[in-house]
Amino acid sequence: MILLWLILILLLGGLLAWSLERRIPNASRYVSLIALGLDAVLVTQLWGKLNGPLVAPGAMPGIWIEQIRLPWIPRFGISLHLAIDGVSLLLATLTILLGILSVGASWTEIKQRTGFFHFNLLWVLAGILGVFLALDLFLFYFFWEMMLIPMYLLIIIWGHENRVYAGFKFFLFTQAGGLLMLLSILGLYFLHGQSTGVYTFDYLDLLGTPLASQTATWLMLGFFIAFAVKLPMVPFHPWLPAAHTEAPTAGSVILAGLLLKTGGYGILRFVLPLFPDASRAFAPVAMTLAAVGILYGAILAFAQTDLKKLVAYSSVSHLGFVLLGLFAGNELALQGAVLQMICHGVSTGALFILVGGLYERIHTRDMERMGGLWQAAPKMSAVTLYFTMASLGLPGLGNFVGEFLVLLGAYQVSVGITVAATIGLIGATIYSLRMMLRAFHGANSYDLPFADLNRREWVILGVLMIAILWLGVYPQPVIDTAAPVIERLTAAG
Amino acid sequence: MIPTEHGLMLAAVLFVIGLAGVIVRRNLLFVLMSIEIMLNAAGLAFIVAGARWAQPDGQVMFLFILVTAAAEVAVGLALLLLLHRRFKTLDTAAASTMRG
Amino acid sequence: MFELLWTIPALPLTSFVVLACFGSRLSKAASALLGVGSVGISAAVTLLIGFEFLGAPPASGAYSQTLWNWIAVGNLQPAVTLYLDALSLLMTFVITFVGFLIHLYASEYMAGDADFARFFASMNLFVASMLMLVLADNLLLLYLGWEGVGLCSYLLIGFWYTDPANARAAVKAFLVTRIGDTAMAIGLFLLFAKLGTLQIQPLMAEAASQWPEGSGWAIAAAALLLGGAVGKSAQLPLQTWLPDAMAGPTPVSALIHAATMVTAGVYLIARTHVLFGLAPQVEVAVAAIGALTLLLAGLSALVQSDIKRVLAYSTISQIGYMFLALGVGAWQAAMFHFMTHAFFKALLFLAAGAVIVSLHHEQNIFKMGGLRKLLPVTFWTFLIGAASLAGIPFITAGFYSKDWILAQAWTSHTGGPWFWFAGLFGAFLTAAYSFRLIFIVFFGEAKTHVHHHPGRRMTWPLVVLAALAIVSGFVEMPETLGHVAAFSHFLGSALPPSHHPEAGVEAMLIGIAIAAALLGLAVAYFLYLRNPEKVDAISKAPLAASVHRLWLSGWGFDRLYHMMFVAPVLWVAEINKNDIIDQIYRFTAWLHRLVHQFLRTTQSGQLRWYAAGIGVGTVIVAGVVIFG
Repeated sequence: MILLWLILILLLGGLLAWSLERRIPNASRYVSLIALGLDAVLVTQLWGKLNGPLVAPGAMPGIWIEQIRLPWIPRFGISLHLAIDGVSLLLATLTILLGILSVGASWTEIKQRTGFFHFNLLWVLAGILGVFLALDLFLFYFFWEMMLIPMYLLIIIWGHENRVYAGFKFFLFTQAGGLLMLLSILGLYFLHGQSTGVYTFDYLDLLGTPLASQTATWLMLGFFIAFAVKLPMVPFHPWLPAAHTEAPTAGSVILAGLLLKTGGYGILRFVLPLFPDASRAFAPVAMTLAAVGILYGAILAFAQTDLKKLVAYSSVSHLGFVLLGLFAGNELALQGAVLQMICHGVSTGALFILVGGLYERIHTRDMERMGGLWQAAPKMSAVTLYFTMASLGLPGLGNFVGEFLVLLGAYQVSVGITVAATIGLIGATIYSLRMMLRAFHGANSYDLPFADLNRREWVILGVLMIAILWLGVYPQPVIDTAAPVIERLTAAG
Repeated sequence: MIPTEHGLMLAAVLFVIGLAGVIVRRNLLFVLMSIEIMLNAAGLAFIVAGARWAQPDGQVMFLFILVTAAAEVAVGLALLLLLHRRFKTLDTAAASTMRG
Repeated sequence: MFELLWTIPALPLTSFVVLACFGSRLSKAASALLGVGSVGISAAVTLLIGFEFLGAPPASGAYSQTLWNWIAVGNLQPAVTLYLDALSLLMTFVITFVGFLIHLYASEYMAGDADFARFFASMNLFVASMLMLVLADNLLLLYLGWEGVGLCSYLLIGFWYTDPANARAAVKAFLVTRIGDTAMAIGLFLLFAKLGTLQIQPLMAEAASQWPEGSGWAIAAAALLLGGAVGKSAQLPLQTWLPDAMAGPTPVSALIHAATMVTAGVYLIARTHVLFGLAPQVEVAVAAIGALTLLLAGLSALVQSDIKRVLAYSTISQIGYMFLALGVGAWQAAMFHFMTHAFFKALLFLAAGAVIVSLHHEQNIFKMGGLRKLLPVTFWTFLIGAASLAGIPFITAGFYSKDWILAQAWTSHTGGPWFWFAGLFGAFLTAAYSFRLIFIVFFGEAKTHVHHHPGRRMTWPLVVLAALAIVSGFVEMPETLGHVAAFSHFLGSALPPSHHPEAGVEAMLIGIAIAAALLGLAVAYFLYLRNPEKVDAISKAPLAASVHRLWLSGWGFDRLYHMMFVAPVLWVAEINKNDIIDQIYRFTAWLHRLVHQFLRTTQSGQLRWYAAGIGVGTVIVAGVVIFG
């Protein structure tokens, strides 16, 4: 029941926040915090169960911590099937954490229609949680679309100047990918039904459906493209800089920190286990595209003068490591990919919060108009430096462990691709340091007194700082949590 | 006897005159009159065809057209009057408010 | 005592955390106490552990202490483990001890700076990272320290960030070293993929047992590690960052860019000497890089006019000696020169800092002069440092360490007369530029006023380092001169011994080296003290002028790299600023809009148009039916 409640609380909280909008303007913020707080308690309970007895539903025993299965539309073999394993637990935790922090980050930023804003925020989070938990392909698709629309609204209502364009672009790209996935889901459903006589959307039943290799490749590509758009993989990335740049801070944090991770998660959960042979045959292509993405994202990030755009393109580069790790397919690389997803969520989320805070203060994101911010706001600058260093892969901070594991694993599969991807680390250094140089170093160009971080921001960023440091010096708990899932995946392959 | 070709030719010419009127004229009254011409052109063609094969069907069809034309003129003139009352003109372009 | 090993890096690290979090609220005295004190206690602990190590060494020659498991995935099991053997003990000693003296000096040097706490926080983080680097038991942990010191170097070079030039120098330093680090990272991937571990000692044993001498894998791995070492130690072709790094405060230059961080490359090669031993071709490359670097940097040092840039080029050149020694397999000699160099170069930088601060931040040597009488302590200590650098015979430490390297370059099987001759010519250059500096800065007429005399916290470190710059040479003396082998005996448990040449050859080599050093001194004396106008006359000649410009700019590497790497990257970034892939999507969107524009003109809402459309359409359809 915990799993169902995790999602329901957010959905109900969202409705409550919306309905209170007219009567008590500020209540919606607290409602969101309370809803997410309740979820945090539930997730803590799940962590407690981690070492307890595991449940064994169907074909993949031994990795599920908790599950729930209720009939929904039995006629078509659709059920409300939620389950959680190590990887989904990690990502669900990240969802709740970033959810709470993004409510905090938009505390003063959002002044109009706060109730509806928080409704959308909570519903996006509910959709994301659903994606991480769903084990029924129909349900998964349902949640996949559910996170799309509130996000679209967040961008086009509370975004910056060019928000409508960005919102449309985001919607079109992800929707196109989603429809391809729907085709693949239906294809799999009918093929499974024809060969076994049982028509079902249940993930565990669909695992190991016998497929002709040609068919498997096409179905795999349908899933893959949907996830690659979300991830995003070059050349499906152009929606991302637009959406990240125009979204409000909370939107950017959720986009970069969580929404992109659904792509990586989807590949890990669906593409690799459902089509093991097809995805293995496809791996060289995917790894090449990943390396291209790492370098291409870095070069683009280097050229930007808009801070948010820079961080957005750096996400393209960083998520390339996730894709590389997922398709390298050995234990090291997969562990690295999971870690990289989490660390990227934390570090990029923090960078977006910082850029958002900066925008609130100086009303520009253009680096050409910044300079000498360090003198004006030393604490904020130091924290930015900290997360910049995390994002360029400084050892001791989380991203390094993720990237290093990915590269170490990928090296055993392909030397050339790994070398190219490693050169991406130099690219990361260039654009990160250029950002520090342009915006924060140099002479102070702000005469007006400039408020440094306030207490609310300190709490938000402090949590993220500790998290990324902890992931850097002692990532073992995360690795151990994800280990059973990854071992099963590598053992099957 | 007049050859069938001549009769059909006349019908075609009348039809084209009517069509040209519908397309070119802006005044709704002339548009209605042009439609009348087109209807009559069609009627003429029926008559010619009926005469060619010595069948009554052509004349029956002509009567149908006559009735339709009468009904059309009645509705059309009513619309025309309403239009004139509303827009103080009979220009069709003036009434084009549905343009997206 | 060995159990206290973890406190050596932990103390500066703790001090860093405190200063970083609460530095703005602490008084300067408290910050200084924390910053200097933490390193001081580390140095004391190192001394205690060092005495125990000398008195009762661990049975296997090394002590290791596991703090916690860092990452454990499959057979990748790097733990946070400290590994203390003679080599890392030597490094730890130099880092903490010289580091302590420099911190003490800095507490006065930086006293007027508003960002005092930030300075000490960065310095402490540096010491902690450097200690992690040398004490690391596996290459991944070493890499952590390796990148950590790079970060601190970046922070401290750009310490006075309000000048964009400083910030840019910081970025350059970080970036150029990161290029080397990337090669090193790929080296780690290779080593792990082939040998299945990153723990240094098992890795070396595994390499020796699996790879024969000259095997391709060993060559590739050693070459990639060399890439990292070359970047960090500012050797050709990645040496360009170090002269610019002088933008940082002088104590930073002394600690990071002279004594410790830049020698990390030397340490890395010495640490993985087994691997390099398996790759003779790479060994020759190391020696060649060292020889070439020491010559090019020595010539550049000869013409610089900024006192710190002279010392920077001198550092590059001296590390070139260490690489030469490593390349010819004289591991112990390289480490000996590392130690003496740390003392005398730190001394030179600190003394130069004293001069700079006395003259109100004047760094141009041609605006100095006659400071001998005005700043006596600084003069004498600088003189000792310069003498040691120049290798003035018998009394200075630099003489013994450089001499050992030259002798090895001659006798070793990978060495030879050419390497020896490069080193010898380098010795001549070293003496020439060292004493050029002395004569121009401290002799001649006084050209400026002394604003400020260094206080006790600045002079004491100078005196102590001056003493070390002399006596540290006496721990290892060649057979012909005294025959002391304490240093090589001490390092013997960690690094293989090097063979001494025969007594006669050795005496001859020493004689020639002494002659080269004295000749350099004499040339400096005649050119810069007796007949300075002659130098002007020479440098006016057209050919000499262009050579002068070339040397002054460090052989034009900056321009070359700008043309080869920086400009193309900028160009690509500029043309692709709006993302060509995005443009393709935008183009399809534009195409759709165009078609849409065209189609919507037909939907005019004009009845007449529709009627015409029906008419035309009918004609076409009828035409097709009849004639088609």
